[in-house]
Amino acid sequence: MAEFFAQTALLWPLGIPIAAAALCAALWSSPRAQRTASMAGLVLTLVASLLLLSQVLSDGIQVKQFGAWAAPFGISFMADPFGAAMVVISSLLALAAGVFGFADLRQRQVRSGFHPLFQGLTVGVNGAFLTGDIFNLYVWFEVMLITTLGLITLDRTRAQLDGAMKYAVLNLFSTILFLMAIGLLYGVTGTLNMADLARVLPQTEASSALGVAAMMFLLAFGIKAGFFPLFFWLPASYHTASIVVSAVFAGLLTKVGVYACFRVFTLLFEVEDGGIRTIVALVAAGTMLFGVLGAAVQWDVRRILSFHIISQIGYILLGLAIATPLALAGAIFYIIHHIIVKANLFFIAGAIHRATGTYDLRKAGGLMRSSPLLALLFLIPALSLAGIPPMSGFWAKFMVIDASFRGDAAWLAAVALFVGLLTVFSMSKIWIEAFWKEPPRAVERVRKVPLAMTAPIAVLCAVTVAIGFNPEPLIAFAGQAAETMGDRALFIAAVLQERHIAGATQ
Amino acid sequence: MNLVYAFAIAAQMGCGIYLLLSRHVVRVVLGILLLSAATNLLIFVSGGLINTAPPVISAGSETLGDQAANPLPQALILTAIVIGFALVAFAAALVLKTYRALGSVFTDHHNAAEAMGSPFVEESSNG
Amino acid sequence: MSLIFSAMARIFFALMLAVSLFLLFRGHNEPGGGFVGGLVAASAFTMLALAENVSVARRALHLHPVVLMGAGLLLAFFSGLPGVLSDRSFLAHWWFEVGSLHLGTATLFDIGVYCVVVGGVLCLIFRLYEDPAQ
Repeated sequence: MAEFFAQTALLWPLGIPIAAAALCAALWSSPRAQRTASMAGLVLTLVASLLLLSQVLSDGIQVKQFGAWAAPFGISFMADPFGAAMVVISSLLALAAGVFGFADLRQRQVRSGFHPLFQGLTVGVNGAFLTGDIFNLYVWFEVMLITTLGLITLDRTRAQLDGAMKYAVLNLFSTILFLMAIGLLYGVTGTLNMADLARVLPQTEASSALGVAAMMFLLAFGIKAGFFPLFFWLPASYHTASIVVSAVFAGLLTKVGVYACFRVFTLLFEVEDGGIRTIVALVAAGTMLFGVLGAAVQWDVRRILSFHIISQIGYILLGLAIATPLALAGAIFYIIHHIIVKANLFFIAGAIHRATGTYDLRKAGGLMRSSPLLALLFLIPALSLAGIPPMSGFWAKFMVIDASFRGDAAWLAAVALFVGLLTVFSMSKIWIEAFWKEPPRAVERVRKVPLAMTAPIAVLCAVTVAIGFNPEPLIAFAGQAAETMGDRALFIAAVLQERHIAGATQ
Repeated sequence: MNLVYAFAIAAQMGCGIYLLLSRHVVRVVLGILLLSAATNLLIFVSGGLINTAPPVISAGSETLGDQAANPLPQALILTAIVIGFALVAFAAALVLKTYRALGSVFTDHHNAAEAMGSPFVEESSNG
Repeated sequence: MSLIFSAMARIFFALMLAVSLFLLFRGHNEPGGGFVGGLVAASAFTMLALAENVSVARRALHLHPVVLMGAGLLLAFFSGLPGVLSDRSFLAHWWFEVGSLHLGTATLFDIGVYCVVVGGVLCLIFRLYEDPAQ
């Protein structure tokens, strides 16, 4: 039995949410049964992803050929430490969101299909993290896109439809670009398997088609991940969704774009090729700076946080711009820390809304007195986001900034530090307005924040604090993951199993 | 032959981008439709246009014949068409709903998301 | 709607469903399959919705489209599991000879796809055709 699970560890983080999504859809008429199926699915997915991670850590890269078609002809799925860690974090976040949903979801939202769509989103995200085939990655992106659109328009309000429209058009355009890039890449190399591409591409001579394909990948993932100057759809749509949905989007969706970017520009292309490094560096600086400046003017908690997603994406991209193993390790640490912290801040925004009845900071206030626990729980991710020691954000920022100093990119480090300062400004704005100041109007009655809301917030806070006080294991893990991620030979050996098939190139 | 295809695809993509830039949301959806069709053609061309026979293994044989076309681009395009179909259908439904809710098909009038939680208007943000 | 259309719709509805099933099973070895079959079936229900109204088509379907989608996805998922047991690989199919028929778990997968397509397409189409006032 244990051997069976060890051999099939890669399947379950993908298979369980598929089954759960199907089950939730089949149980359409009974919201209660849907909720049970959904929670069971989330818990099992987390367990399965933990199993996968332990398997990857003990046995190296895990590979599965779907339908038993040999690579590079069939579709391969692979899990390296980075991918497996992303699956674990996203499953943890999905479970937290599921619990938060107990308190936050209204009956109407469940009736319009929250559970099947949410499970579908988990399928898409996990699939994108685990696939070893570039076309298959496109398919998972589309799965994510269509479930995301369903989730944004859950309430069908005017703002949601408008936000969804913007989201849909920009993201459809991005996936079309992605598909074009795949077409060009296939035309040049004749293969779609990522490990096989990693084998073939270094031997392929540089051509304009390859250069265009690389740029298109950057552009497509840039739209997905919210890079400067392509991020404008993000703050125009994220705040319209219901808060559970926003939190999951904030935690996961942009990160999938970043993940794909890292995969493509470590395994397939090099950032050294054709000035990509300069572009990525400029984009990283712009993303950090404009994200945080956009947040400064906002008063709605969700919009402030939405802009901060963008600025934090800049830090992660910084790792790719430097592209030393140290910088990549920093970026991996940053992604893991950021998914937890950012989603948690959105959850807290939901709790603020529950307690004060508004997301507008000008109207909120007095939470320090009325719910001191929430104030404490807010401080942890807020300080972490700003990078104040000893929270997890400090180590994350320290790693990427240290790597940029060592990588002769002091100007990037300067931008990063400056943006960190502005992040403190935004976080203290939320703190002062929502928690510290007296409520602007007399409060009729303070609403309690239910346990189903505080519990996931507290758990995610605990993770943040745990990483903050004991960063060593995660730093070591990030280092190992970065080393594996940059080592093409490992992937080629694992996926193709030393079978060099002649004639795979045209 | 490749050149003809290249120009045809370029023309189609140009039309798609032009429609995408329109203020009329129905045109935007049509633009996406054209763009994804052009992308499918691009994949088709990148698979090579030399061979003419269908990629079917004849009875008794184990491999494809010499003249068989490359089957993989066809499979990719099929997948892309199916996905594109689902997404464009969804987008069309979204456009219809947006039109019914916001009363306009012009993006100039679509500002409900922007107005929600706007930093400049204090009263409009009730979440 | 015209009398001719609504009178013929019933007949064509049955015909199209039959064709869709034919396409579904033909797809086993020849062009056709779950997706195409599903589309034809969905267009049969769509025609019914056009000729009469959406609620008639909904009643003819018996199930909610989303339930059909879920059931189809579940079936497709379970059709992949036998392969996990034998080859440790999802969707590696099992094959049987039933009389002169060459059947396998891939058939189940195709039926699952058929259900997902019918459900998914009708889910959208019913929404589009329904009067917003209702």
